Amino acid sequence: MTWAERWALIERFLPQLWDGTLVTLQLVGLAVVIGLFFAIPLGLARASRHWYIRALPYSYIFFFRGTPLLLQLFLVYYGISQFEVVRKSFLWPYLREPYWCALITMTMHTAAYIAEILRGAIQAVPPGEVEAARALGMSRRQALQYIILPRAIRIGLPAYGNEVILMLKASAVVYTITMMDIMGVIRTINSRTYQYELFFLVAGVMYLIITLVFTQLFRLVERWLKVDASRQQR
Amino acid sequence: MTSPALEVRNLHKRYGDLEVLKGVDLVARDGDVISILGSSGSGKSTMLRCINLLENPHQGQILIAGEELKLKRSRQGDLVAADNSQINRLRARLGFVFQNFNLWPHMSILDNIIEAPRRVLGQSKAEAVEAAEAFLEKVGIADKRHAFPAQLSGGQQQRAAIARTLAMQPRVILFDEPTSALDPEMVQEVLNVIRALAEEGRTMLLVTHEMGFARQVSSEVVFLHQGQVEEIGTPEQVFGNPVSERCRQFMSSHK
Repeated sequence: MTWAERWALIERFLPQLWDGTLVTLQLVGLAVVIGLFFAIPLGLARASRHWYIRALPYSYIFFFRGTPLLLQLFLVYYGISQFEVVRKSFLWPYLREPYWCALITMTMHTAAYIAEILRGAIQAVPPGEVEAARALGMSRRQALQYIILPRAIRIGLPAYGNEVILMLKASAVVYTITMMDIMGVIRTINSRTYQYELFFLVAGVMYLIITLVFTQLFRLVERWLKVDASRQQR
Repeated sequence: MTSPALEVRNLHKRYGDLEVLKGVDLVARDGDVISILGSSGSGKSTMLRCINLLENPHQGQILIAGEELKLKRSRQGDLVAADNSQINRLRARLGFVFQNFNLWPHMSILDNIIEAPRRVLGQSKAEAVEAAEAFLEKVGIADKRHAFPAQLSGGQQQRAAIARTLAMQPRVILFDEPTSALDPEMVQEVLNVIRALAEEGRTMLLVTHEMGFARQVSSEVVFLHQGQVEEIGTPEQVFGNPVSERCRQFMSSHK
């Protein structure tokens, strides 16, 4: 097969590849954004001074970090449907869809990681800066809202960017529950064309391009939030 | 008679078995500039930090303009604020200037200064900015208002931190070794700002190692030794003719 023929083949499948890219981007994008919202209370609770507040997020994070995403995905997709209650509930129309199962699992999975990132970032805020806030009369809550969280977000941002890229690659497992993401589309094309090495290469390039775009986006956000300004000091 | 701006009675503090403060008493009347001297480990900074509960004392009373700070004993045995809204209100009236400035590095100098007046005193942004610019002018770094802390020298950062404290219109300002983290050539610019505040008649407590400066600006000098007030008096008296042997030794070794 010549390169011209290979190009022609790739071109023929471009619409499918594009659809797969959209599915991947949508799943990852929604998971890391919704995951961030869940992670904020989780991370705050995880950084609490009281053990009984820490216990629940600790168990949650322990489970989601300690088991493979693939297993979690199977538990949600195949496991939950075994329960009569679930099949009869109003959630069933969603929970029987692979799309929702993938999104729910990925969101819960990444929320655990983001919560840990946030906890680390909160604890990395120099104590003197918090003391300054309290010494000026801010309440614990005000110090958290106006000083600690904005500061922690800047400290944790690079690690969050890293987590987004990890999720992008981890999202490839969703093809196992019939999702037509990049991997799902590639597998279908392969079984039609038998051009495995060509289309796996195409998949690799697509993931690389998305990673590149994400990296640049995060660089912009870091510049916008002036992450460097905070980093130079002591 | 009006109540003193700040009064500390019988303040005790220990770390484990180590007693750092063994019953310190201190009164600052309006306009007093009290320097607190002593060798390292004498409890100077601890005392200052106990006054606004950045550290928790084990015993004692703290009164700000006659209002007693409500304290309760924690499970660890030290005293913590019994009324959160009271401690926040009183802290807002006690300025605190740190050795390491503790500016917020993700905010511009101007934002550092207007944050607390807006959040704590409920000032509008315009109001807070106007006041902040006056304070920046006063400490001599008006041109740095849009810079970030990391872009400033140590001396400029400390002056910004003083402006941040002034913006809260505090009744008393506590300085915790404000020049100890600075390169020698920057000490003077910060001392000049503090001197100007003293001349305005502000009430200040100053923990310092700058003997000459303490002698010039203080209305009263306190010498702490092993957690107790060893000597107290006018600068002339404490520097020129100390009664206690410890104080005499300290003064002669810090000429």
